[in-house]
Amino acid sequence: MDPDAELLTRLRAGDERAFIALVQHYHEPMLRLAASFVPSTAVAEEVVQDTWLAVLRGLERFEGRSSLKTWLFRILVNRARSTGSREQRSVPVADPGPAVDPARFGPSGAWSDPPEHWIEAAEARVDAGKLADRVRAWIDDLPGRQREVVLLRDVEGMTSDEVCSVLELTEANQRVLLHRGRSRLRQLLENEFGEAR
Amino acid sequence: MRLSLLSRRDLACQQVVELITDYLEGALSRAARRRFEAHLAGCPHCTEYLAQMRETIKLAGRIEPGDLTPQMRQEFADLYRRWQSGPQ
Repeated sequence: MDPDAELLTRLRAGDERAFIALVQHYHEPMLRLAASFVPSTAVAEEVVQDTWLAVLRGLERFEGRSSLKTWLFRILVNRARSTGSREQRSVPVADPGPAVDPARFGPSGAWSDPPEHWIEAAEARVDAGKLADRVRAWIDDLPGRQREVVLLRDVEGMTSDEVCSVLELTEANQRVLLHRGRSRLRQLLENEFGEAR
Repeated sequence: MRLSLLSRRDLACQQVVELITDYLEGALSRAARRRFEAHLAGCPHCTEYLAQMRETIKLAGRIEPGDLTPQMRQEFADLYRRWQSGPQ
């Protein structure tokens, strides 16, 4: 059984621990996502608090046509959007830059400065837990829309359909944002762990 | 860059790195996918690059939320009990 579906059953049965487990799992990613729409951490916290209340109130009406996770994030984004526009924040625009610095390719478009190896060096650091913190900080620094897509797709493991529905994006735009965000993260990992061949 | 995909010319590395997400998402046409894979078969650098993009996705997927503080746990338990005890 989908762990979220099990939580949902327990929540509806009035199991407080199920609610705490849900909050434990989603509160932090919801804060990170909300921060992308509103001007301050304090406002993001308010939006997430409001979202939890709305989740509890909506629990009975939730029909399970989407996953619990998609439903939670959709409530969050709707609230964050309306709060964000009330705060007159401009909408972040996708960065049209290339995935890799053009200076790393020769005139024919072949690598002149090929990717340095870093996978083994990064994997060696995984257990310390520090690497996850670095990657998280890098994701937080991505331009707004890229951050939203990478958070939901790669950190939360949503499908592209789910992400398009939550963020109201077309498939093509979602892919462009995902591509830019992932490419940027790959470059940061190379900068951090790369070994010149 | 999109239009040049339609040509029979081989893909350059600089094009391949821009197509990686489309490739991973299954969004390339069959012809484009064949050309992409043909390039990879002869290019260790782009093969490495693709492995690094997969590793990047994997590392992002390993991020776990930090534990709630005891105070937050209490606040959410209170919120839940208030909700249970009647309409707000």
